[in-house]
Amino acid sequence: MGTPEVAIELYVLLSAILFVLGAMGVLLRRNAILIFMSIELMLNAANLALAAFARQWGNGDGQLVVFFVMTVAAAEVAVGLALIVTIFRTRQSIDIDTLHMFKD
Amino acid sequence: MENFFDLVPLIVLIPLIGMLVNLFAGRQIGERGVAIVAVGASSLAFLIAVILWIAQVQTGYEPGVVDMPLLADWISVPSAGLRIPWEFRVDTLSVTMMLVVTGVGSLIHLYAVGYMHGDARFPRFFVYLNLFLVFMLILVTGNNFLMMFVGWEGVGLCSFLLIGFWFDKPGGEGWKNSDAARKAFIVNRVGDFGLILGMLMTFWTFGTLDYYKPGEAPLAAHHEAEAEAPVFAPQFPQEEHAEPEGPLGVFNQAQLWLDEGGHEVDFGLVTLSFETTLTIITLLFLLGATGKSAQIPLFVWLPDAMAGPTPVSALIHAATMVTAGVYMMVRSNVFYEASTTASFVVTLIGASTAIVAGFIAVGQWDIKRVLAYSTVSQLGFMVAAVGVGAYAAAMFHLVTHAFFKALLFLGSGSVIHGMEHGHHHLTDHDVEDHKHVPPHEHAPQVETERFDPQDMRNMGGLRHKMPGTYWTYIFGTLALAGIIPFAGFWSKDEILVDALRLGLDENRLDGYIAFALLLTAAAFTAFYMWRQVSMVFYGQPRTPAAEHAEESGPVMLVPLIVLAGLSLIGGFMNIPSGFPLLGRIFGEHQFTSWLEHSVVNAHAAGFLWLLATVAVLLAAGAIIAARVIYNDRALRQLTDDPLEANERTAGAFALANAKLYWDEFYFSTIVYPYQRAARWLADRLDWAFWHDFVHDRVIGSSFQWATEMLSNPIDRGIIDRAFDGLARLVHNLAARVRTIQTGYVRTYALGVAFGALLILVIALLPVLRDLLGL
Repeated sequence: MGTPEVAIELYVLLSAILFVLGAMGVLLRRNAILIFMSIELMLNAANLALAAFARQWGNGDGQLVVFFVMTVAAAEVAVGLALIVTIFRTRQSIDIDTLHMFKD
Repeated sequence: MENFFDLVPLIVLIPLIGMLVNLFAGRQIGERGVAIVAVGASSLAFLIAVILWIAQVQTGYEPGVVDMPLLADWISVPSAGLRIPWEFRVDTLSVTMMLVVTGVGSLIHLYAVGYMHGDARFPRFFVYLNLFLVFMLILVTGNNFLMMFVGWEGVGLCSFLLIGFWFDKPGGEGWKNSDAARKAFIVNRVGDFGLILGMLMTFWTFGTLDYYKPGEAPLAAHHEAEAEAPVFAPQFPQEEHAEPEGPLGVFNQAQLWLDEGGHEVDFGLVTLSFETTLTIITLLFLLGATGKSAQIPLFVWLPDAMAGPTPVSALIHAATMVTAGVYMMVRSNVFYEASTTASFVVTLIGASTAIVAGFIAVGQWDIKRVLAYSTVSQLGFMVAAVGVGAYAAAMFHLVTHAFFKALLFLGSGSVIHGMEHGHHHLTDHDVEDHKHVPPHEHAPQVETERFDPQDMRNMGGLRHKMPGTYWTYIFGTLALAGIIPFAGFWSKDEILVDALRLGLDENRLDGYIAFALLLTAAAFTAFYMWRQVSMVFYGQPRTPAAEHAEESGPVMLVPLIVLAGLSLIGGFMNIPSGFPLLGRIFGEHQFTSWLEHSVVNAHAAGFLWLLATVAVLLAAGAIIAARVIYNDRALRQLTDDPLEANERTAGAFALANAKLYWDEFYFSTIVYPYQRAARWLADRLDWAFWHDFVHDRVIGSSFQWATEMLSNPIDRGIIDRAFDGLARLVHNLAARVRTIQTGYVRTYALGVAFGALLILVIALLPVLRDLLGL
């Protein structure tokens, strides 16, 4: 136990800050890449909270879920980036506010 | 011997099988095969009748009741107490009828083989004949009124089919034939209506239609039994148990109620005394008999029925079917005996029919029509005999009449056959087979010549051409005229004696009336028969056809000879008591004592020398008169009847020739008004009122109005608009809701964020409440 104890509240606080930042990014940004990165930020904020609670309670389940989240995030990145590249090729833009063909 | 009674279903089944074989295989087995099957079937039936006869004698005349296999519960409605089994009755009366029907029937079948030779529908003819036997035997063997009715209607059907057998004869003949068939059928419906009503009343009164229940012996009327001379007193061992147990057949029940007296029958609306009920039933039965047995007022169909082939006239319209009415009334003798009123009516109808038909017969030209009216007249004798209570005499006359009238008809058929032969010999040498050549070959000749082989004016002198036919015909004529010792003498004499006895002994008016009318009718009979014989056989041939007439073949002559023999000796079965010599040889009243075992009111008449002498002299005088009037000189050219030429008799002859305008009377009073009414109903009621007004106007237009209402205001106005409005509502609503969907990802993300926040707030609500100290 050489490392100093950090209170669980701090982890959760950090996680919440990161999550809110991510959410703001998703809602406010127009660039698809940046939105994407913001989503990653939210996922990782959740990961942090999961890992912290897992450690707090000495239960491996949370850490296990973290790995799942990371795998899903990786898959999501692969599909999402491919979509973004294709959108860019067809429309020469990745501004999401211009993407509303389904509505009309 | 009683086991032989079980053969009785066969008497119906064998002709049925014969009929089915000819129906389905008639074309294949050829004329010869058809003839063998048909004649064989009727002969086998005759054999069975003979066996039953012997069995009756051996068992001491005990009546037997035999169930039909499979049909024992023919009609059975237990809840209504209705049970009508298909039971055959073997008693002396039914065996008598069986013998006559199958015996005379077999001879006529045989004769028909020759007569119908070469006919295009030869198999069909024998199918009908065998079918007729089936129904006739059902009629006479049934043990209840309903079976009799089945046979009754069945023989009517066969009669219809056979009268109209040559419905396709060229030159309008076919129409006449089918008209005659329909006339017979329709006139008989009137009589059948009476019979049905009578049966319904019988059922209502007695609760059964059985004549007698199985094992039940006929009860004689008590007063009768005491009054009878001991010789003829029926000897029923069963009579010792005076009160039979269980439900009784109609006749014994009737007898018991009559003996007790005071029984009443409740008909719902009215309650009638039992005697009145019986009177009504018997009068309704009489209506049935006037139809089937051709009595006034329904006799008009029988003369027209001669349109059928001659064997049919012999079998159905002379020997058997037309006697069904007489059989039915003799069977119901208990009823008739009980009702004086009905007996009176029966006597009047029978006797007046006898004289009216005898009178008309004098004025006829057609050889078969004379015989037809003669048949009507003789049936009148039988019916009158029933009326005066001479049931045995009625049956006796029925049997002898079957012999000699079948003989006369077959003889006339032989004459017609010979005449046709002579005619075709002249007109058509190539066609050997003259009968019913396809119409197109013969139609022109028929059109041009209009030769009638049945018109007696075309005949004459056939005595030498057709000796066999001539001699047998003479036998039949003498029997019919009532010349001793031929069969007709005995039976007619017995009826006359009974009629006179009823008048003398009981001082009953109907006895005297019947006696007077029947004696006159008997004189007429002798006269018109000898007129016929003279015109057909005596003198010289009046046409080339008659000159070339040929004798018929043996297949036709053999039945004639057999029947001639029966016409001679048939009367010996019932020699009246007191007749010398013959009574010793043949026994007295054999037939009556035979019948007494089933016809409880049968009684033997005595013999009156004076009456018999008068009757025979009257007949002989009529014959001589006929021969004098129709002498050879008069017969040479017979354009006018001698009676017509004589001023004093011309009027009467014209009246007879016109059949007393009876048909015209019916035409103007019934047929014409009926047709007018039918036309009026068709034009006015059906077409104008029913079709134009009710259907088109009332129903059609109101229906149109209703559909108009339903389609315009209701369907289009309410239902359609309701659904249109609903659709528009959804449309407008959707247009509004659609604006929520901006299409911007950002909006959706914000929605998700708010949603998540909302869920978070709800999840944390308890915590927040704690935090805020609420």
